[in-house]
Amino acid sequence: MNRRVEIKKGSAMKILGRLFRYMSHYYKWELLLVIVCIAVTAVAGISSSVFLELLIDDVITPGLEHGFDYIAKTLYTIAGIMAGIYALGILCSFTYTRLMAVITQGFLKHVREDMFDKMQSLPVKYFDTHTHGDIMSYYTNDVDALRQLISQSVPQGLFSLVSILTLLVTMLVSSVYLTLVVLAGVAVMVIVTKFVGTKSAKYFVRQQNSMGKTEGFVEEMINGQKVIKVFCHEEMSKQDFEAVNNELYRDADKANGYGNILMPAIMNLGHVIFVAVAIVGGALVLGGVHNLTLTGLEAVVISMGSIVAFLNMSRQFTLNIGQVSMQINAVVMAIAGAGRIFEFLDNESEVDNGYVELVNAEIDEKGNITESEARTGKWAWRHPHKAEGTVTYTELKGDILLLDVDFGYVPEKLVLHDVSIYAKPGQKIAFVGATGAGKTTITNLINRFYDIEDGKIRYDGININKIKKADLRRSLGMVLQDTNLFTGTIMDNIRYGKLDATDEECIAAAKLAGAHDFITRLPDGYETMLTGDGSNLSQGQKQLLSIARVAVADPPVLILDEATSSIDTRTEYLVQKGMDALMEGRTVFVIAHRLSTIQNSDAIMVLDHGRIIERGTHEELIAKRGQYYQLYTGAFELE
Amino acid sequence: MNVIKTLTKSLREFKKETVLSPVLVSLEVVVECLIPLYMVTMLEKIEADNSIENILFWGGILLLMAAVSLLFGMLAGRYAAKASAGFSKNLRTDIYNSVQGFSFANIDKFSASSLVTRMTTDVVNIQNAFMMIIRIAVRSPIMLVVSVIMSFTINWKIALIFLAIIPVLGVGLFLIFRKVDPIFAKVFKKYDAMNESIQENIKGIRVVKSYVREDYERGKFNRTAQNVRADFQRGEMIIALNSPLMQFAIWTAITVICIFGSKIIVESGGVDLNKEALSSLIAYGAQCMSALMTLSMVMVMISIATSSAERVAEVLNEKSTLTNPEEPVYEVPDGSVEFRHVSFKYSEKAERYALSDVDLKIKAGQTVGILGGTGSSKTSLVNLIPRLYDATEGEVLVGGINVKDYDLESLRDQVSVVLQKNVLFSGTIKQNLRWGDPDATDEELVEACKRAQAHEFIMSFPDGYDTYIEQGGTNVSGGQKQRLCIARALLKKPKILILDDSTSAVDTKTDALIRQAFREEMPDVTKFIIAQRVASVEDSDLILIMDGGKIVAMGRHEELLASNKIYQEVYYSQNRMGASASDIKDAGGTAFAEEGGAE
Repeated sequence: MNRRVEIKKGSAMKILGRLFRYMSHYYKWELLLVIVCIAVTAVAGISSSVFLELLIDDVITPGLEHGFDYIAKTLYTIAGIMAGIYALGILCSFTYTRLMAVITQGFLKHVREDMFDKMQSLPVKYFDTHTHGDIMSYYTNDVDALRQLISQSVPQGLFSLVSILTLLVTMLVSSVYLTLVVLAGVAVMVIVTKFVGTKSAKYFVRQQNSMGKTEGFVEEMINGQKVIKVFCHEEMSKQDFEAVNNELYRDADKANGYGNILMPAIMNLGHVIFVAVAIVGGALVLGGVHNLTLTGLEAVVISMGSIVAFLNMSRQFTLNIGQVSMQINAVVMAIAGAGRIFEFLDNESEVDNGYVELVNAEIDEKGNITESEARTGKWAWRHPHKAEGTVTYTELKGDILLLDVDFGYVPEKLVLHDVSIYAKPGQKIAFVGATGAGKTTITNLINRFYDIEDGKIRYDGININKIKKADLRRSLGMVLQDTNLFTGTIMDNIRYGKLDATDEECIAAAKLAGAHDFITRLPDGYETMLTGDGSNLSQGQKQLLSIARVAVADPPVLILDEATSSIDTRTEYLVQKGMDALMEGRTVFVIAHRLSTIQNSDAIMVLDHGRIIERGTHEELIAKRGQYYQLYTGAFELE
Repeated sequence: MNVIKTLTKSLREFKKETVLSPVLVSLEVVVECLIPLYMVTMLEKIEADNSIENILFWGGILLLMAAVSLLFGMLAGRYAAKASAGFSKNLRTDIYNSVQGFSFANIDKFSASSLVTRMTTDVVNIQNAFMMIIRIAVRSPIMLVVSVIMSFTINWKIALIFLAIIPVLGVGLFLIFRKVDPIFAKVFKKYDAMNESIQENIKGIRVVKSYVREDYERGKFNRTAQNVRADFQRGEMIIALNSPLMQFAIWTAITVICIFGSKIIVESGGVDLNKEALSSLIAYGAQCMSALMTLSMVMVMISIATSSAERVAEVLNEKSTLTNPEEPVYEVPDGSVEFRHVSFKYSEKAERYALSDVDLKIKAGQTVGILGGTGSSKTSLVNLIPRLYDATEGEVLVGGINVKDYDLESLRDQVSVVLQKNVLFSGTIKQNLRWGDPDATDEELVEACKRAQAHEFIMSFPDGYDTYIEQGGTNVSGGQKQRLCIARALLKKPKILILDDSTSAVDTKTDALIRQAFREEMPDVTKFIIAQRVASVEDSDLILIMDGGKIVAMGRHEELLASNKIYQEVYYSQNRMGASASDIKDAGGTAFAEEGGAE
C-alpha cells in the first residue's frame, strides 16, 4: 500500500486528454448535452447581473422620472424574460445533474469492468510481482479519486469556466477599464493559489505516504495481534503506534492547514477586488472619463447602474475562480489516480500464439480419430498445418516431456538448470526438495504460467507453445497449497471445476476427495455459503474441497502442489484411497512435504537449487543412500 | 447519537481548536456579510460626495473589513485543520488501544483487514466530515441567517420573500435525504462485497487461470459491477434534484425581488428602497443560494461518513470479553493444570461445543502430547490454560487456582504459548526474541536459542542475532521461523509451555533435539505439545487423543498403540514401511470410553 503519490511533469494534460477520450468513447452525446446544459445554467445564473443593469437603466431611472405606469410594461417584459431564462436554466440543471449521475456511475462501471477484464488477461507474473494491496487500491482509491473528479470537479469546473468566460465578456462589454482592475486582482489570486497550492500539495503527498506507513504498521500488528496478547506486549505496541500516528498527524495538520487557508484568501482577495473596482469606478465617474467598452469608446461616462452591476459581476467572477481553486487538490489526486489506472490498463496481456486446440474425439478400433460435437470422454489435439492446409489429430494421452529446460523468473538469474523429465501417460512423478529448489517452478512451466528460457516441453509430442493456452490448461488439473475458494455455496465451489456438472457429479467428486463427510456434517451441507475465501472452514477442509473441485473437472493430467499439506495425517490416511482412485489412469505431478505420500510414485525427482540431483523410485533412492535417504530418515529439513 | 457521543470522547486536547474554529468562522462570515451592506453605504456616500478623500475613506474601511475577515478565516482554517487532524489521530490511537485490549474472542470477531480499513479509510472519512462540520457546516447556516437578517434591515417587506422560500427548501432537502439515506446504506454493503470479490479473484488468479475461468469471472464481475452501478445511480439521481430545487427557489426569489423591488423604488421615489439596496438584495439572494449548495454538499459528505462513524464506534464500544478480577493473584504457584468438567464454545450463539465435558489433571513438570484430527479442538483445549478464552462451563485451574482469579498479564507471563499461526515482526532477531523478556541479557538469548535449536542457524547468518527479519518473517524458512518462535516463548521462563503444532516444519531430528533440551534443561516446566507427528509426542508422559471436542483416550505411547484405533491409524500412516491398513487391529471402541477422565 505504500505507494508514492506523484505526477510526472507534463503528463497531467496527457492523462486528462486520455480520460476525456475514454469518457467520450462511452458517453459522447450525453457529455455534449451536459456541456450545453451546464453552459445554459451558468449563463442563467449570471444573467441576474445583466438584468439588474437593465432594470436600473431602463426601469428604475426612467420610472423615477415618469412614474410607475410609464415603465410597468417594460418591467413585466424584463421580468418575463428573466423568468423564462431561469426556467430554462432550471430545466438544464435538472437535466445535467441527473445525466451526470448516469454518466459518472456508468463510466465508473465501464472503468471497473475494463480493469477487471484486463486483470483476467494479465500473466501470472504480474500477480507475482505486485502485492494484492497495490492491485486492490486501483479499484478502491484510484477509482474513488476518479469518481470525485467526474461527479464533482468536472461539472463544477465546467460551470465555473463558462461563468468566468461569460462574465469576462459581459464585463468587457460594460467597461474595459474596470475589467482590467478585476483581471489584475485575478492575477494576484492565481499567484496566491499557486503558492499555497504547492505548499499544500507537498504536505498532501507526505500525508499520503505517512498514511501508507501507518497502514503497513497497523496491518502487521493487527495480523500479529494474538501474539501481542500472548506476550502481553500491548503497552509496547501502543507506544510504537503513537510514534507512527504522530507523524501522520503532523503531515495531515500541515496539508489541511495550507489547504484551508486557500478559501479565505481567495474570498477576501475577492473583497479587495470589489473595493478596488468601486474606487476606480468612482474615480472614473469623478474624473469624467469616457467609458471604453468592447464595442469602442463611448461618448459618455460609465453609468452608476453599470458600476453597481459590474460590482456584482466582479464578485461572481472571483467567487467562481475561488470555486475552481477549491477543486485543485481533488484534481491533482484524480489525475494521479487516472494515471495509475491507465498504467494498469496499459499492462501487457498474456500472449497466446497457440493454434492447436483440444476437441472432443471419437476413436475407432483402428485408432482413427474423428472430431465430435458431443462430449465423448475422449479428447484429441486438433493440429492444423497451415502450409499443407491439412488437419491432423493426436489423441490426448498425457505424455509430458521436459528436455534440458532452463528457466529464470528474471533473465539474469536462472532457477532451473537442464531439467529433463519424462512422464509417460498414467505415471506419477514426484518432486522433492527444499523451499526454493524449483519444484513449483516446474509446474508453472508445464501450464505455461511462465515460459521457458531454453529447452523443450512436449505434450503428447506437441510443442506446448503451439497449444492454445486455454486448452492446455483445461487439460491440466491443478491443486495448489494455497487453496482459493470463492464466495458462494460449497456446491458452487466444487462445480467451478466443470460448470455444467450435475449435483450428483459434484457429490461423487466430493466423496472421492474425502470431503463428503465433513460437508454433510455442516448445518447447510452442500448449500453452506462460503465467505471470505472459506474462512469458516479449516485449511484442511479447504484442501479437501479443492481436491473435489479438480476431481469434477476430470483432467487427464494432474498437478498436486502440496495439495494435502494441511490435512492431518490421519485424515490424509483416510482420503488416501480416494486420492489413489483420483490419480488412477492420469499422469500426475506431485509435490509433497510428507515423503510418505509419494513413496508409490513411478519416479521421484530430488531437486536442489534448480537441478535434479537424484531420480528414481523410492526403493532405488533409499538403496542409493543419497540426499533422498537423508531426507527420508529425517536428517534434513525440507522447508 | 450514541455514535457521536462515543466519537467525541476522542477530541481530548483538541477541544480548544474544535470550539475556536467555528467561532472564528462565524466572525468571518458576519464580517463577510457586512461587506455588501457597507458597499451600498459606500456607493451612496460616493454618489453624494465624490471627493477622493471620501472614496478612500470608505474604501479603507472596506479593505480593513476584508483584512479582518481574512484573518479570522485563516485562523479558523488553521484551527480546523489542527482539530480535524488531531481528532483523527486520537481516533486512530483509541481504536488501536481498544484493539490492544481485545480478547481472542474479540479478535476473532473482527477480521484484520476490516480493522485496518476502519483505522484508515473510515477515519479519513470522519476526519473530512469533521472538518466540514466545524468549518463549512457552521459557515453556511450563519451565512444564510445573516444574509436574511441583512435583507430585513434593507427592506423587510421584500426580505419576507426569503423567509417564505427557505422552509420550502428545507422540506425539499429533508425529503431528498430521507429517501437517499437507506439507498446509500445498502449500496455501500454491495460496494464492499464487490471489492471483496475482486480481492478473491486476485488471490485465486492461479485457480482462475488453471481452470480457464477468465470469462466466467468476467461475467460474474460485470453482474456485480452493474448491480453496484444501478444502486449508486438511483441514489445519486435523487441527490441530483438538489441543485435544480435550490436554483428554482432562489431564482424565483430573485425574480420576485426584481419586480417588487423596482416597483417599490419607483413608487416611493427611491425612499423606501434604492437601486444600490436592490443590488445588495440580489447579492444576498445569490449568497443564500451558495450557502445552501455548500450545505447540501456537506450533508452528502456527512451521510457517507455516518456509516464510517458507526463502524469506528463499533470497535470503540467493543468490550473485552475477558476482565481482570478485583483482587488478582499475581504468582502462579506451580505448573499443574486441571480441567474440571470444562465445556467451551466460541460464541454464545454457536450451536456446537468446541469442547465438551473435559476432565483432566496434569502434574507440574509433566510432558503432555496431544494428537487429533483437523477440527478435533486441540487448540481450543490449550487456549483455555493461559485464559485466551474463558471456559463456557466448568473450571480451568493452573497451580490449583482458577485461571479467572489470576492477573491476566501474570498468568500469561507464566504460561507461555507458541501459537499455531505464529508471526515474527519486522525487526532484528534480537528484538523479536526480547518480546519474551525485554530485559533478557545476550547470554539468556543465546541459551534460549540453543534450547530451541536456533542458535546454529542464527550464527550462520552474516549478521547473526542482528539479522533483520522482514515483515511476516519472509526471509527465514518455515522451520527456522518456528524455532525462533519457540525461543521467544522460552525467554519468558514460564512454568507452563504450550507448543501448538509448533515444530511441523522442523525436521524430525531437530524436533527430537528440542524435546531433549526441554526434558533435560527444563524439568519443572509443564509442557503441552500439540503435534501431527506421532514421533513428536511418542515420549510424552501422557498422550491425549482428541476427536470431535472430546478427549477420547489418554495414556502412554505403548498403551495407546495397543488399544486405540485412532492412534494406531496415525502411527501406521506415518510409519508405513511395511504396514498397511490391514495391520490395524480393531482395538478401539471400548477403549475410548474407559480411558476418558483418567489421569
